[in-house]
Amino acid sequence: MIAELIEAVAKILFIFGVNMGFFAPILGWVERKQSAVMQDRVGANRADILGFTLIGLLHPLTDTIKILTKEDFIPAGANKLFHTLAPFISLTPALITFAVIPFGGQYEIFGHRINLVIADLDVGILFIFAFASLATYGTVLAGWSSNNNWSFLGGLRAAAQMLSYEVAMGLSIIGIIMVYGSLRLTEIGAMQENFLRWGIFLQPVGFILFLTCAIAENKRVPFDIPEAETEIVAGYFTEYSSMKFIMFWMAEFLEVVTISGIVTTLFLGAWHLPFVSSEKLLSLFGFAGPNLSIVLLMLTNIVTFFAKIIFMIWLQMTIRWTLPRFRYDQIMKLGWKILLPISLINIFITGLVVLLK
Amino acid sequence: MSEYIPVLMMLLLAAGTAVGILTATTLIGPKKVFADKMEPFECGEHPIVSPKLRFSVKFYLVAIFFVIFDIEVVFLYPWAVLFKDLGLFGFVEMMIFIAILAVGLIYVWKRGALEWE
Repeated sequence: MIAELIEAVAKILFIFGVNMGFFAPILGWVERKQSAVMQDRVGANRADILGFTLIGLLHPLTDTIKILTKEDFIPAGANKLFHTLAPFISLTPALITFAVIPFGGQYEIFGHRINLVIADLDVGILFIFAFASLATYGTVLAGWSSNNNWSFLGGLRAAAQMLSYEVAMGLSIIGIIMVYGSLRLTEIGAMQENFLRWGIFLQPVGFILFLTCAIAENKRVPFDIPEAETEIVAGYFTEYSSMKFIMFWMAEFLEVVTISGIVTTLFLGAWHLPFVSSEKLLSLFGFAGPNLSIVLLMLTNIVTFFAKIIFMIWLQMTIRWTLPRFRYDQIMKLGWKILLPISLINIFITGLVVLLK
Repeated sequence: MSEYIPVLMMLLLAAGTAVGILTATTLIGPKKVFADKMEPFECGEHPIVSPKLRFSVKFYLVAIFFVIFDIEVVFLYPWAVLFKDLGLFGFVEMMIFIAILAVGLIYVWKRGALEWE
């Protein structure tokens, strides 16, 4: 019991540390630096310690210190409670959803069984969707409680867009569940040991559908119409300042990481290396003895998983800085008239293929 | 039930972090209050209309469609998990269910409820 508790706390602190200590600040830098590289600019390079700029890596630190000392502004006529609650509701689900994503397989080290996932739920995918849709409340509350026309329009747009894409996102995953026959993410990950059984080869349409819907759900370019700065200033967080503003940003970046985690687990073979099976790796690490070789295997799997996540983050960042923003009617048309019918047809074809096999 | 205990711990940690950030930013930041500054931002003008006005009925429609189709998705999940066990019978039955909802989608489409001008 004590050992289980220690294991759970260690896994929670690891995931929490990676998300809040590494991904959340670094992605702010990646967004600025990658946009600069793609637009042939120099980018963030000013903050320095004793003349060392570290290619702008100190900017997240200086930003945090600067923004912490800014005033927390609540406009007159705003609903103070909901105005404060909105960033809280945005950030909390973004932090929790990673709890069910496995970052490694199951290992037996020194007689102790380790399952590298914080909570191995049998309803894993439903858990993710349940918490991801909670983020809608944060956005809508932020828009509604600010007593500002721009915020209100942004909140309305966000509500309609997120609801529309949630339907197609739910349907795009059905194909994967039909193929693997499980909602448990550790089982889906374990079934992708063979390179040719990766989700992306079994469900290529589902992969594209899911990634599109997830980016739309996260309100990033090309789907950032709720915060379109050329039309409605900053959308639903126009009236937010100081760390409350940053909390919305952190939620967005952490959702990028979570989306990468889900895509990796469902479609990109989770923690498995392509063409190299776990037995082969174990025999390769055989020189280290029975226990240490499993530790090495575990570390390899964790590194593989996070390498895939970093690849997916890079892909999302590239999409974000490549495509222009869609018009509102185009977004709604894409969601209801294109993605929804395609995902229904995808379910039909997947069912036929699985039955005929 | 024990696998939900780590989720609860994660929830407490996440909520604690969010509350901590909110408290820190309220305590550290300066506070200067005067009437002109507290106005909601309207590109430098005094706000003339309140945002709590009527808005397009289209947004209500989207919310209603969402409820209908999301329930469809909820029904599909348990079916998809058991798909291989149910076999052809389950497949045909679920396709009839999806076809009925597809008719609904075609109906709202043809009535122009999905058009945004």
